[in-house]
Amino acid sequence: MPTKIEKDSISGQDTTGHEWDGLKELNTPLPKWWLYTLYATCVWAVVWCVLYPSVPGISGYFPGVLGASTRVQVTNDVKALAAQRAVTMDKLTATPIAEVRQDPQLMAVATTAGRIAFANNCQPCHGPSGEGRPGYPALAGDAWIWGGKLADLQQTITYGIRSGHPDARVSQMPRFGADGILKPEEIAQVADYVMTLYGKGTAGADMAKGRAIYGENCAACHGDNGEGKRDVGAPALKGAVHLYGDSRETVRAQIANPRQGVMPNWNQRLDEATIKSLALYVHSLGGGE
Amino acid sequence: MSRLAKPRKPSAGEEKMSEAPLYADRVRVYPRAVHGPARTFKWAVLVICLAVYYALPWIRWDRGPGRASQAVLLDLQNERFYFFNLEFWPQDIYYLTGALILGAVSLFLVTSLAGRVWCGYACPQTVWTDLFMWVEQRIEGDRNARMRRDQGPASFDKAWRKVAKHAVWLGVAFWTGGAWIMYYADAPTVTRAFWTGQASSAVYGFAFLFTATTYVLAGWAREQVCTYMCPWPRFQAAMLDEQSFIVTYQGWRGEPRGHGKRDAAAEKKLGDCVDCRACVNVCPTGIDIRDGVQLECINCGLCVDACNEIMVRTGQPKWLITWDTLARQKARAEGRREPIRLLRARTVIYVAALLLAGTVMGVALATRAHIELSVQHDRAPLFVKVRDGALRNGYTVKIVNKTHEAADFALSLQGLEAAGMAVAEENDARMPILTLTAEADSVGTFRVLVFGQPARLVDGSQDITFTLRNAATGEQTSYRSVFMGPGGRAGR
Ligand code: SF4
Ligand code: SF4
Repeated sequence: MPTKIEKDSISGQDTTGHEWDGLKELNTPLPKWWLYTLYATCVWAVVWCVLYPSVPGISGYFPGVLGASTRVQVTNDVKALAAQRAVTMDKLTATPIAEVRQDPQLMAVATTAGRIAFANNCQPCHGPSGEGRPGYPALAGDAWIWGGKLADLQQTITYGIRSGHPDARVSQMPRFGADGILKPEEIAQVADYVMTLYGKGTAGADMAKGRAIYGENCAACHGDNGEGKRDVGAPALKGAVHLYGDSRETVRAQIANPRQGVMPNWNQRLDEATIKSLALYVHSLGGGE
Repeated sequence: MSRLAKPRKPSAGEEKMSEAPLYADRVRVYPRAVHGPARTFKWAVLVICLAVYYALPWIRWDRGPGRASQAVLLDLQNERFYFFNLEFWPQDIYYLTGALILGAVSLFLVTSLAGRVWCGYACPQTVWTDLFMWVEQRIEGDRNARMRRDQGPASFDKAWRKVAKHAVWLGVAFWTGGAWIMYYADAPTVTRAFWTGQASSAVYGFAFLFTATTYVLAGWAREQVCTYMCPWPRFQAAMLDEQSFIVTYQGWRGEPRGHGKRDAAAEKKLGDCVDCRACVNVCPTGIDIRDGVQLECINCGLCVDACNEIMVRTGQPKWLITWDTLARQKARAEGRREPIRLLRARTVIYVAALLLAGTVMGVALATRAHIELSVQHDRAPLFVKVRDGALRNGYTVKIVNKTHEAADFALSLQGLEAAGMAVAEENDARMPILTLTAEADSVGTFRVLVFGQPARLVDGSQDITFTLRNAATGEQTSYRSVFMGPGGRAGR
């Protein structure tokens, strides 16, 4: 309990009356500006509580008289953005893909949209810059299984590969080993021959045998000289770029029991303008034809 | 040299605490009007400075159709600075460094020769303060009238004069802020946009900012800026020496000061100073020059004019306060004469530095390149293997064409075996030399694909050099880069 309130001689201020071992506490009032700022914030808080969502209830909350909601705001923003983009996106949908490149402004929009769509949808498999990895084709390179023209790319992205869509690109390599079409030693021989097409041939292997097996079983799709056939989706065997790798083991495994990669048909998720943008972007990575 | 602030007289309550106050109270300065050569010169500099500032953006300069037609323009949007027939790109920023060095050394030289004449005559703070004081004098009268009114009670006369003064001040300040934005955009266009409400918020923002700063600094802060805010007075001492020409009170002649008879019969022999305080009353920083060289003195010479008026009136020789060097004054006090010494180590060094910086700037300006090349290797993928076994690297090539015509540039490559180049999405064939066209006065950006089969890569990369040549003028430049492949740290 305050006992003795007295006037401090130096500051002219009252003390609180508390005393600890001779130390007395001054009862200095708060500065005016501080106090009024406090009052102002109190008023502000009350007004805020009335205007905006504030008081929680059992199963809901008081939404405030302005009806403000950040969720509604975001939805509206997204809608407004779509409306704002609609003109360009509609134009992109209407323009044939080959002609988009003639319109620099449309092209700029398409490559930007394409880059973002690529990062959102394609990057997990094909890599952030389309560099690919075993089983997932490199899109930055120039080795295309189904074709690297704009129309080819658009087709592939739209319907996918072995996606189950009726228009999907489908190719089926026979399971030469698993289905017993070739004997293990024949598979080894043809694999050795394929390695020479890869430019990694080994001396001493029985090439004539392998070559003959290749001619009977593989050339129909992969071409007499391993140049591949795009209309049936048979990859070129000649050259330096190979989907599943270029070791002899990989080649043998791929002949015996081939892996068949799947790419989704993106028309289930993306609109036409986005798919076009993606095709244009992928084409621009460096290997487009 | 240091008479920073008069300590405030402690009030009765504070007496007990007996500590010097932390802050000096501001003593309001009421400078009196004065006439004389220094004042005339100061008016002349003021008029010239203001005329240049307000008129410069309106000078037109023909640079051809579709190009900025303002003589001096800092075009931030298009990243150009125009100065009459010179044109600077962001890459030329080091010229700004050069200009600043020239400016600084010139300031050092002038200060070591003639004291703070920059502060006294040409500094924007001085010029606008002077202008504002002139307005104040027109409306509120001279020193005595102003002091009397400020101390007097509130009245209609006081009210309208204050309102009028601040209105005019704000007007001048607004004009100043308005002129500022014209250095950043085409003056007629931005003026029209400003008054029709179509200018950008940045324009209004800066106009407001410079209106506010001009009003506060020139109307209210005045000498406080020079004394407390500006760093220049703090290090001027390093440039001044006893050979610098500065405003000086000739103490040997003026002292002992005092009113009264000055004939031989007077019981006390008095100096020339009649202690009228005219020099103090006219001083824009409110100091007494008779105390010697001081931090606050901006070397404006108004006290010289004031004292001359008094000397003429009292029939004594003029120039009791004059421009002189401390060394010569000391010699005079001892009855000697000393020559003026302009050639001193510091002035020689400043002149040499000035000549050097000026020459470097001049040569750099005269031999300025009109092309620039910059090449950036793709961050990802670092390289791509293509069907025929070659490696492909992607580069972003930027060609800066500073000429006023579109030009063809030949890009070639050195240091890579079996090299071929192609512009992405443009040509499929790999070529040893690419022809790239950059528009007039702009940067051409190209994505160049380089194919190569390097025999050996050290740490997965190999140094290569791109060379760019303007086909028409033959001007040439090059840029060093790398070609990457598997192996080493870069590629796995
Ligand atoms: S002392 Fe004289 S020169 Fe210095 S600022 Fe005052 S009036 Fe100007
Ligand atoms: S104006 Fe001249 S005479 Fe008057 S006080 Fe100053 S120095 Fe002395």
